[in-house]
Order: sequence, then structure tokens, then C-alpha cells
Amino acid sequence: MQESALFEYVLRLSDDSLILGQRLGEWCGHGPILEEDIALTNISLDLIGQAISLYDFAAELEGKGRNHDQLAYLRYENEYKNVLLVEQPNGDFAMTILRQFFFDAFRLPLYEALMQSPVAQLAAIAAKSVKETRYHLKHTSEWVIRMGDGTEESHQRAQAAIDHLWRFTNELFYEDANDHTLQAEQKVPTMAHIQTQWMATVTSVLQEATLEIPKNNWKFDGGREGRHSEHMGYLLSDLQYMQRAYPNMEW
Amino acid sequence: MSTNEWPLWEVFIRSKQGLNHKHVGSLRAPDATLALENARDVYTRRSEGISIWVVESAHIHATDIDDVASFFEPSDTKIYRHPTFYEVPDGVKHM
Repeated sequence: MQESALFEYVLRLSDDSLILGQRLGEWCGHGPILEEDIALTNISLDLIGQAISLYDFAAELEGKGRNHDQLAYLRYENEYKNVLLVEQPNGDFAMTILRQFFFDAFRLPLYEALMQSPVAQLAAIAAKSVKETRYHLKHTSEWVIRMGDGTEESHQRAQAAIDHLWRFTNELFYEDANDHTLQAEQKVPTMAHIQTQWMATVTSVLQEATLEIPKNNWKFDGGREGRHSEHMGYLLSDLQYMQRAYPNMEW
Repeated sequence: MSTNEWPLWEVFIRSKQGLNHKHVGSLRAPDATLALENARDVYTRRSEGISIWVVESAHIHATDIDDVASFFEPSDTKIYRHPTFYEVPDGVKHM
């Protein structure tokens, strides 16, 4: 039971990384400027790298002989446990940056907390990933500030992205019995703890960017239980195509 | 395409063993902070460095190609400025 709770927990982490990595990868060759094209795909590769380590660990916990490729490429949509935020389409550059910013502001305190976990392998993955995540947050924060405090159009696009994505942010702090089991064993942090830090980061960056936190409190969730938005199926058909068309192929 | 492009920046990187920053290339960025971040992403993906300098290209003053003769050629004929006329004693290594 304990192993299966941890398996589920690690799977959620890896799915968030994989799906967001896949989304960012869609920018490859389409970035607004060459330098940013490279920056976005760098972040994508960091996330996919994290996903590989996390899937390896998840596969080990599961003990059914699956490997990271099978977990990443050969599950059905309702078996993916990522939050809805990460599967949302790239939209314009503002939408991509804001989505990434909301995610980075969540991932950084989560990794920092997981570095203290008594689950050694999880703590090691967190310690390795925390440095690149800190850079991702720095990069996206810089962009949010420049867009918000930039031209009229960049401000308006950034605010539109915030207004659209805000409804998906609450799900980042989703908790269920699975999390409570692990929290009781002090293996993982409580989400309230992470949410406080997330809110502090978001508030200070948006303030500097002269952008506003939406007043409406409309909340979407379902991703953590495998109920995804319509966009997920299209994403998975791209992501899984090679493994489905050429089973067991290796790069 | 937009005509108001971001300014061009020259990138200098100091490698782990290197003592000085070396010019590695250039890139575009809206300001110095993002120029450093872009330089990190474009030029240090394979652990090339531990320190980056960026300088806006507009701030670099260079010699004129037409001045090459007066600037550099005079030294070509002054071979006595090269320390090649000394006998190196046998005991000296690493010369």
C-alpha cells in the first residue's frame, strides 16, 4: 500500500514534467526569436530529463517490470495524472510563458521540500532538478515582468494569458487520500505549505509586472484523477505515435 | 518582420580552466539580463563555462580595416622583438 501511494505520487510528478516538456517542444523551430527558441527547448529537455528519472523510480516502485518508455508512451489518456495546466495549448508566447511561470513557481518550492524527504531516491531527484527549476523560474519571471511592464500590447497579452490560465492553477495544490498517507509518514510536504510560497512568488512578480491577479475564483480540476481536457488526446497522439507505430523502437 | 530588432550583444565566456573570458559569438536580447540568460542557453549548454560577460556590440570600438597596414605591418619587419635569438639552457624545461 505504501509503495503504491508513492508510485502514484511519483507518477503525478513525472506526468507533469513529461506533458509540459512535450508542449514546450512544440515551439522547436517556431520560437519568436532564435535565442528564445533555444531557451524554450532547453527547458523542455530539462523537463523530459526529470521525467525520465521520475519514471524510472516509479517503475521501480511499481515492480511490474515496466520501464520509463512504457510509462511515458504506452498508457491511455485516463492513466496520465498530470494537472490540466500543463496540457493547455501553447497559445501565443505570453500564454506559454505564463503557463511555465505558474508551473515553475509551484515546482521550485515543491522540489525544495522534497529534497528533505526521507525517501532517498526522491530527495536525490529533487536535488538534481532544483537547480534547473530555479533557472526556469528566473527566466519566466523576467519575461512576465518585461511583458507586463512592456508595451500596451505585451501587457494586454500577458494579462489575457493570466485571466485564461488562472482557473487551472488551483489544481496544482490538489491533495487526496494518497497524498495524506504520504504526508502522515512525513515523506512529502503538505500542499498548503507549497501554495503559500507559490502565492508569494506569483504576487510579487505580477506586482512588479503591473499585472493583476484575477478576481474570479473559477476552478478547474480533474487531471490528477485522469480526467483531462480535450487537448490531451491530440497531445498524446503526437507523443505516442512512434511507440504505437513501431512498438519497442529505441532511439 | 519587425524592423525594430533587439540590440546585438557580444558574448564572452570563461571556461573552467581558462583565466580569461573569450569571445564566443553574438546574440540578440532586449536588455543585459536577458542577454546573459540567452548567452547561457545558446553558448553554455555543454558546460563550456563558469562565467559570462555580455557587451552591447554598439559599445565595441574596432580598428578600421583600411588601417591594417599602418597598424600592424610595421611589426612584421622587427623580428628582434621575438625572443628567438637566445640559447635556451639545457636545464630549462617547458619552454
